[in-house]
This record gives sequence, structure tokens and C-alpha cells, in this order.
Amino acid sequence: MYAQMVKSEPTDRDPTPEEQAFQARIDAGEKIEPKEWMPEGYRKTLVRQIGQHAHSEIVGQLPEGNWITRAPTLERKAILLAKVQDEAGHGLYLYSAAETLGISRDEMFEQLHSGKAKYSSIFNYPTLTWADIGAIGWLVDGAAIMNQVPLQRTSYGPYARAMVRICKEESFHQRQGYHIMMKMARGTDAQREMAQDALNRFWFPSLMMFGPSDKDSVHSKQSMAWKIKINTNDELRQRFVNETVPQAEFLGLTVPDPDLAWNEEKGGYDFSEPDWDEFYEVLKGNGPCNRERLGARVTAWEDGAWFREGLTAYAEKAATRRAASATAAE
Amino acid sequence: MPSLPDMATPNVTELAAGRRGASRDMLAEVPDLKPAFFEWLCRMGDTTLILGHRLSEWCGHGPALEEDIAIANTALDLIGHTQMWLNLAGEVEGQGRSADDLAYLRDAMHFRNALLVELPNGDIGRTLMRQFLFDAWHHEMLGRLEGSAVTEVAEIAAKAKKEVAYHLDRSSDLVVRLGDGTEESHARMQDALDILWPYTGEFCTGDAVDAAVAKAGIAPRPEDLRAPWLAFVGEVLEEATLDMPQNGHAQKGGRQGRHTEHLGYLLAEMQFLQRAYPGAEW
Amino acid sequence: MRKEWPLWEVFIRSAHGLNHRHVGSLHASDAETAIRNARDVYTRRKEGVSIWVVKSADITATAPSEKGPLFDPAEDKVYRHPTFYDIPDDVEHM
Repeated sequence: MYAQMVKSEPTDRDPTPEEQAFQARIDAGEKIEPKEWMPEGYRKTLVRQIGQHAHSEIVGQLPEGNWITRAPTLERKAILLAKVQDEAGHGLYLYSAAETLGISRDEMFEQLHSGKAKYSSIFNYPTLTWADIGAIGWLVDGAAIMNQVPLQRTSYGPYARAMVRICKEESFHQRQGYHIMMKMARGTDAQREMAQDALNRFWFPSLMMFGPSDKDSVHSKQSMAWKIKINTNDELRQRFVNETVPQAEFLGLTVPDPDLAWNEEKGGYDFSEPDWDEFYEVLKGNGPCNRERLGARVTAWEDGAWFREGLTAYAEKAATRRAASATAAE
Repeated sequence: MPSLPDMATPNVTELAAGRRGASRDMLAEVPDLKPAFFEWLCRMGDTTLILGHRLSEWCGHGPALEEDIAIANTALDLIGHTQMWLNLAGEVEGQGRSADDLAYLRDAMHFRNALLVELPNGDIGRTLMRQFLFDAWHHEMLGRLEGSAVTEVAEIAAKAKKEVAYHLDRSSDLVVRLGDGTEESHARMQDALDILWPYTGEFCTGDAVDAAVAKAGIAPRPEDLRAPWLAFVGEVLEEATLDMPQNGHAQKGGRQGRHTEHLGYLLAEMQFLQRAYPGAEW
Repeated sequence: MRKEWPLWEVFIRSAHGLNHRHVGSLHASDAETAIRNARDVYTRRKEGVSIWVVKSADITATAPSEKGPLFDPAEDKVYRHPTFYDIPDDVEHM
């Protein structure tokens, strides 16, 4: 997902009375708010998870942003620009939520730029044709929604509220992607070829977005007890495949998995696992676009330093001038 | 900073609504006007198109998330204006060309945007300075166009002007802040101003096309915008502690289809899909 | 001089809303810029007609531990609510 493989901070000792009371509040469905007491592990895990999610939003601007200047019509240009702009907004909401936990946005940027903080593996894949813009909206946003909808009920108030706003705004993202795919799948031979190729390249990376199976992971168990993770990775992945395969069929496109088959008994599709070695390599920095993506973020940040400093300096001067004229008026 | 326009002014579209279909009547009366009117509409639409395109290049690369989002808003407004101007251009031309046909299937020599907007973005300071110099003209122009003899033009202007009032508010504010910020930001803004200044003259220099549409009461004479534009820009630059360049030479030609080398590359990128896959629908 | 812009809390009143509601936060160098940024970030979908911004650092909030003493006493003041009073149906419009 946008936050893949977030390490939680489980403890092996018995919970203190404070921790027990905290867990009881979560079990009762109460929201935890900033400045309320929380276990340090809860705080750290949240900072890591929300941070990863935020980084994914702003790094996620880049693969799609790659096609804004080549969008094929004025309307498509406006739609794509609005969508990628939304992602900047979602990053902003999430950074703000993390900031309530005692970390600044600049500190989180530093962690991203130094490689210490991660972002979703999916954004390290290239966008090669216009159909990729369709595939990203349809598959990548579709996979993200699977995770984000339940997160609206997460236990940390600011995070839950950010997710509510994000889900509301994202409702058009997946649809615009599918709409592009419909046009392409029903278009010329060249367009159909692009559409199929995009599905071929984005199918398995989309399945990787949910992260490796975590049914035995201690981190996941702790995060689920804290309600900062709502479903297991496998549950969400299965749900995604079940919903997406009929959509691909409707387009007349072929999911690139020879072992894909409906399983009557479980009421869902059987499907092949993605190549997890590839996944770990991408996380390590060896995906096709890791360098470009991180490089673009670092450049934007460094090139923008004088702009941010200029505005700060003006604000300080203006405040001094105001204070001086107030004194003079007395 | 000079006092800025009141953004709550009542919608002029409603006032103009009584005059529908004026352009068709006018073209029926003065058929000679058609080529000039079409060309003038392309000048408006191409200018907003190319500037919107340039601004969209910032998406994902802005100096702060808040600025990234704000620039995209301006770009979206300008793309919206483009659709209105070029749609009307296509209607006036009467050859069945849509706004997309005009945007994606003409080559540089047929583009009529001013040179200023096709220049590469440079740093964020140059982008904002360009935006300010353009917005100051754009806002003045749209204000005059609200009184256009052609209803459709007046309606587009009324809608666009509300958005552009905000663009101008934002860009002039940022020019002041960065001009009067740090030494570095001041130097960068002055540098941007010096580089861009020669490209501003074109906006206020008329030709036969401008004269024809002005005579018909469609649009003001470009020369008439010069004094108010200069006054506004001068006040903002003074507050920004920036020196207005003394270079009076104007780089011209964009509005007649003679462009810088930059436009060809921009179009090659923008038009790629429509050119590579003719006739496909997207 | 790597100083981060301060954080601001944003409150927006929608066209049909009576109150300004907290919608989120953002960074800006000062209050005027915060207002403009709020317009660009939080009203992209016609959400508002009026914006307030407050520096996050300037907000004083109740402590969660005081929740009981602060808010529970209001629970038994039922006489503050109109439904506490039984008025015969014959008396209209009250």
C-alpha cells in the first residue's frame, strides 16, 4: 500500500496500567487526539506510517506529472493536472496529521531525501505511454482506495480526518483512469496495444502495493490492535483482485496471469503471487526510477530554498515594521 | 501595493445576457471582420494555453507544497480560458475546427501567443515575475473586454476576470515579498525582471488586426492598456524595491506567428499524441 | 537560515454553513500568505466563502485529563433544555 511494511513498535513485556487504559479506549472505538497520552510505540509507528503515506502522495505526483505536458486534449490536460494537484494536497493533509505527533514537515522531508523514510514501491515504475495514466488511475488509485477507505476509521483522530477528506477527493481519480482505459481499449489498434501493455506492466506492481503477506507478522498484529491498520495485506489484495478482474474483462483486456481462475469455494479469484524479490529490490532503491524520483524531489526542495527563505525574511521585516509603526503611533 | 480589484463585483455575465448572438449579427453585417476576429481570438486563447502549459510543468516540482498547489490552480484557470477562447475562435472561423483542433493541430507559425509566455520557466522567481507582468496586463484587458460589443467576448471576459483578479493579487504579492525578502531573492527577482522586460512591450503594441477589432468595438486598442499597466506594475515594483528596467526595446512577433525557438519544442511535446496517432480519440 | 514556515490552522465557512469549521492546517510565512494558501489548498472544490487562519502555536486547548471535571457537570443541568418544561398543547408557539 502507500504505507508498505511499516514496522510497528511492539513490546514483549506486560502492558502497564496506562497502556491497558489506552488499549481499552481504542477497543471502545474512541479516537485518540494529539497531546493525549499514548504509548511511545503507537506514536512512532504512526509517524512512520503517515510519513510513508505522505511521501507516497508527493512522489506519486511524478510518474503522472510526466504526462501532464503531453495530455492529448485540453480536457485531459485539465483533469490530469487537477488530479496530480490533488495528490500534492493529500500529501499536505497527511504531513499535517503527522505534525500533530511532534515531528515537523521539514524533518520528514529530510528523512525522505536521505532515503531513511520510504514511499510506495509503485512510484518507482516508469510511465511510458498515455495508457499508463489510465492504468495508474484505474489500478494504482484503485488499490490505494482499498486501503484508504477502512483507514477513515483509524484510531488516531487527525489521521482519520485526513483520510476522510482524501477519500472524498479521490473518488474521481479511479474513474478518470478507467475512463481513459475505456477510450483506449475501444480505440484504434495502436491504442488497444498501449492499453494492454500498460495492464501488463502495472498488474503485478499493483498487487505488490499491498505488501507481502503479513498474516504471521508481529508488526501487523500490534498495528491492528491499535487500529492503525484495519485489514491484513492478503485480505485487501484478494478484494482488489476480485473487483479488478471483471473490470479488465469489461475492457476486453487480458490480466497477465495465466493462473488466474475463479475459485467458487472461496468466492474469489486464485491468482499468482507477484515477484517478491523484485519488490524488495525496488524498496532497496533498485527499481527502474528510484534515482529519478528521489532526485526530482531533492532538486525541487533545494531549488526552492531561496524562495522559502525570501518569504520568511519578508514576513519578519513586515512584522518589525508593523511593530515600529505601532510604537510610533503611541 | 496598489489597491486591488474587488473580487465580489456582481457577475457581468448576467448584465450582458440580454445581448446574445451579437457576434453572428456583427459578422453578418461586417463579413470582412471575420479573419481579424478569428486571429484576435487565437491571440487570446494561444496566450492562455501556452502560459497554462508552462505553469503545469511545475506540478510536482514546486518549492513548497502550498506553492505547488497554488500554481496548478492558476494553470487550471488558464486552460479553462483557453477552451472558451479557442472554442469561440473555431465558431467564428466556421470551418468546424474545435478548440482541441486549434491547440493540437497547428504548427508554430500559426500560433498567435505573445512571446513572453513561451519562454522557459527558469527558476520559480522568473515564473512568478512573468506571471505578474502578464496578470497585470491580463486583468486590465479583461476589464475592458467586459464591455465588448460581442456578447460572447464580454461573457468570457467576465468569467475569466474574477479568476485573474486572484492571480494578480497572488503574483503581485509574491513579487513584493520576494523583491523585499533576502538579498538573494531580491537579486533573483531583479534578474528575472531584467530578462523578461523586453517581452512585455508586445502586449501593448497593436497591428492591423488589433485596429480592426478595436474599430468594431470588440476589444480595446493594445496601446490604450499601456498607461494603466505601467502604472500598476510601477507601483508594485517600487514596493518590491525593484528597479524598472530602462531598456525600451520590445521583442515582438509572437502575436503575428514569429516565435522564439522555445515554442517548437513546447508544441512537439504538447501535440505528440495527436500528431503520432492522427484521428484517434482519447 | 533554514527556518521552517510556521504552521497555521485553517477554518472555513461554507456557503450554507453558519460557522467556520476547522478543515486542516498548512504552512505559510505569515497570516496573509496563510490566507492565500488556504484559498488554494482548501477551497479547490468550492468549499468556502470565508476563511480564518490561526497560528497553531497560539491555540490553547483543554487537556484530555480534564475531560471529566470540565464537561460532566453539564450533564445534570437538564433544566437548561426546553424539553424539561411541560407546557400544555393549548399554549401554541412556545
